[in-house]
Amino acid sequence: MSALAEPIVAIVGAGPAGVRAADALARAGLRPIVFDEAERPGGQIYRQPPAAAGRVSSGIYGFEAKKAQAIHGVLRDGQDRIDYRPRTLVWNVFGRRLDLLTPDGYREQRFDHLILATGAMDRVLPFPGWTLPGVFSLGGAQIALKAQGVSIGRRVAFVGAGPLLPLVAHQYAKAGVNVVAALDATTFGAKLAQVSGLFASADTFAKGLWYTARNRLRGLDVRYGVRSLRVEGNGRVEALVWRDSSGLAQRVACDAVGASFGLRVEAQLADLAGCRFVFAPELRQWVPERTAEGRSTVPGVYLAGDGARIGGADVAELQGARTALAVLEDLGRNVDRREVARLDRVHARQTRFRHALDAAYPFPGHLLDAIGDEEIVCRCEGITAGALRQAARDKGAREVNRAKALTRIGMGRCQGRLCGETAAELLARACACDIESVGRLRCQPPVKPIPIVATAP
Amino acid sequence: MTERLSVDVTIVGGGIAGCAAAAALRSAGMSVALLEKNLCGAGASGVNFGGVRQQGRHLAELPLARRARPLWDELNERLGEDVEFQATGHLKLARSDAEMAELERYANVAAEHGLRLQLLGSSALRSELPWLGAGVVGASLCAEDGQANPRLVGPAYARLARRLGADIREHAPVTAATRSGDGFETRTDRLEVKSRFLVNCAGVAAGFIAAGFGEDVPLRPLVPNMIVTEPLPFFVSRSIGVCGGGVYLRQIARGNAILGGGDGWGDAESNRSRPLTGVSLAAIASALAIVPALAGCHVIRTWSGLDGEMPDVIPVIGFSATTPNLVHAFGFSGHGFQLGPIVGEIIAELVTEGRSASPLEPFAIDRFARPAQAAQPPQAGVGQ
Repeated sequence: MSALAEPIVAIVGAGPAGVRAADALARAGLRPIVFDEAERPGGQIYRQPPAAAGRVSSGIYGFEAKKAQAIHGVLRDGQDRIDYRPRTLVWNVFGRRLDLLTPDGYREQRFDHLILATGAMDRVLPFPGWTLPGVFSLGGAQIALKAQGVSIGRRVAFVGAGPLLPLVAHQYAKAGVNVVAALDATTFGAKLAQVSGLFASADTFAKGLWYTARNRLRGLDVRYGVRSLRVEGNGRVEALVWRDSSGLAQRVACDAVGASFGLRVEAQLADLAGCRFVFAPELRQWVPERTAEGRSTVPGVYLAGDGARIGGADVAELQGARTALAVLEDLGRNVDRREVARLDRVHARQTRFRHALDAAYPFPGHLLDAIGDEEIVCRCEGITAGALRQAARDKGAREVNRAKALTRIGMGRCQGRLCGETAAELLARACACDIESVGRLRCQPPVKPIPIVATAP
Repeated sequence: MTERLSVDVTIVGGGIAGCAAAAALRSAGMSVALLEKNLCGAGASGVNFGGVRQQGRHLAELPLARRARPLWDELNERLGEDVEFQATGHLKLARSDAEMAELERYANVAAEHGLRLQLLGSSALRSELPWLGAGVVGASLCAEDGQANPRLVGPAYARLARRLGADIREHAPVTAATRSGDGFETRTDRLEVKSRFLVNCAGVAAGFIAAGFGEDVPLRPLVPNMIVTEPLPFFVSRSIGVCGGGVYLRQIARGNAILGGGDGWGDAESNRSRPLTGVSLAAIASALAIVPALAGCHVIRTWSGLDGEMPDVIPVIGFSATTPNLVHAFGFSGHGFQLGPIVGEIIAELVTEGRSASPLEPFAIDRFARPAQAAQPPQAGVGQ
């Protein structure tokens, strides 16, 4: 096969999944192209400070320092094997073409095979006071620390419904920030019930326990089963108020709050690529359908990592490598069957752990049951829960895209990335139907805002 | 299990025209079933630019556009909700002396149809809109034209029709529409509707329905290519088009600038459409030439949809040439939004009186004699 006939394999995302896919393809002699929005590789979990900020400190990543450095090294040291394009937003997929926003302006890229490793983002839920300055998502709080080396506040309270909560609390406390509360909106009982399943990934489970223990040594207990969250403040965060698991009102003074409730898949590009979506009950979200090997329903389009279903960084690495092998299989290349079997075996074990983790952190729907009509759901457009409920009640909106058309919910700068799932949850409650049946917001390009400039034809 | 209905009128297609017809027919005391393949107002009625425009129309359409215009003033009252209609005026820009001369010619002819257009030279134009790009030499203003929110109008008409007693079925794509005895039998996968009249306003799918009655029309898909920016401080006080029609632009009260131009990609069979990047970037470049102040803001969404276009870019409106009591209204060729409310009234006139107060001869379905293609087998089904 001549060099000209080499298939073009494009990968979107330079987190654990994208990097491992690129590495495996490069080992097989292909030269994949990796597009990533960030300046440096690592994705969200192994995000690096800007180059100007100097060398990466392994302290940032804790237990994961070795993994982080390995991921960073693949693209840093592999320039001749991998065509790495940082600071590039892939904002559309249509047919076999990607639309790019590069540092040099708009470009396009044809591909033969496409691996989408687009990752996940915080799932944000509204609660009274959530739009006050000083309220961040947990992931946002973590990025502030990891990428900018700053804290979101001096007295910080964290709220979550997933394993990110004890980790971020630990990272902040370790950095010397006064963490005044760590509140879990799910119950402790849900975690106890899943202990055996969590041992499927004993080392990860042990790390979780270690963070929790370290937090406790610093006098910071994660308090489980909190309800009725509210941030108080006049123009900015002054206190966090909640009801504890025994129903008692609690209050802590703070100047910043990090709050998010699990993760949501970033699947817009999969949508634009035409992938079929399935409902993931544990996430209460529609996700692109992915085979165990990494194939989507569109030939030539593959999915790896949290962009298809939440599995965490280790699963993302496995899926990235496995998906690369699927690409090679589809190209008619020989692949190492033992490596395939090994990846599938580890992946199966990780999946058991993930199921237990999902069950340990069930969706805290009680926060949405309590949302008042006046609460803003869509921050971009200022659309309230009441407006959404009215569209359901008076205008027959029983599907999220219709609710969007009638109310403007999800029609702003974020295009529903932050409010889409909340809108679906509230609509389902208003219509007294399954979350599944209200559907999902259809993605329309661009996946993120792009600048208006006059481009050469 | 098939549900059976029997009504006076079956309407295929829940766009603005279909829903407005359903409401008007109910007001006239007729029983109505409306079958919509998706959601009412989700097709061309909902994805268009939102221009409520008379200026620049084909002269044959002007009488209809003139009749439609007062309906927009009363639309909020009629529909019981705000569809964001604003008579902002519509400016058609000239970018050369030749274009200005063309605007003058049109203004003179339009005046004979009762449409008053105001011609503005460069200095008059710039004193009102100082932010216009350097290439603009003049414009024609139709002060009574305006804009409205297309996402709201269709669904609001559907709710009005429902309140008036129309039986509106959504997610009900028609699989067959045939002559049956004195009337019609229209089927979906769950429904069989018998009716005395059949109204075909199925948008891009209308050609399939017409073909089933031996009327082969040269309807092709038209795919708008639309772009919207993030909200900006309000300054584009008029709805804007250009001579030749390459780009159009308006800014809504919320602050978003909406612009369009060119054609996206669409497939009528699968009912799918997408904006095309090259077309979007070209429309952006054209928009920046006339409104340079948009530079640097962000596009937050692009979209498209499917309309039907006729070769002479005016619609088919009127009775079938082959089949009694069959009424067609489709092929609005990318500018049916403003006409929607009056087309609903006209359909009701045809059904209830057998004639319309508006001159419909130019819109006759048999104006395209195409004997060469008559032998082609009819295409099966609609709205897949």
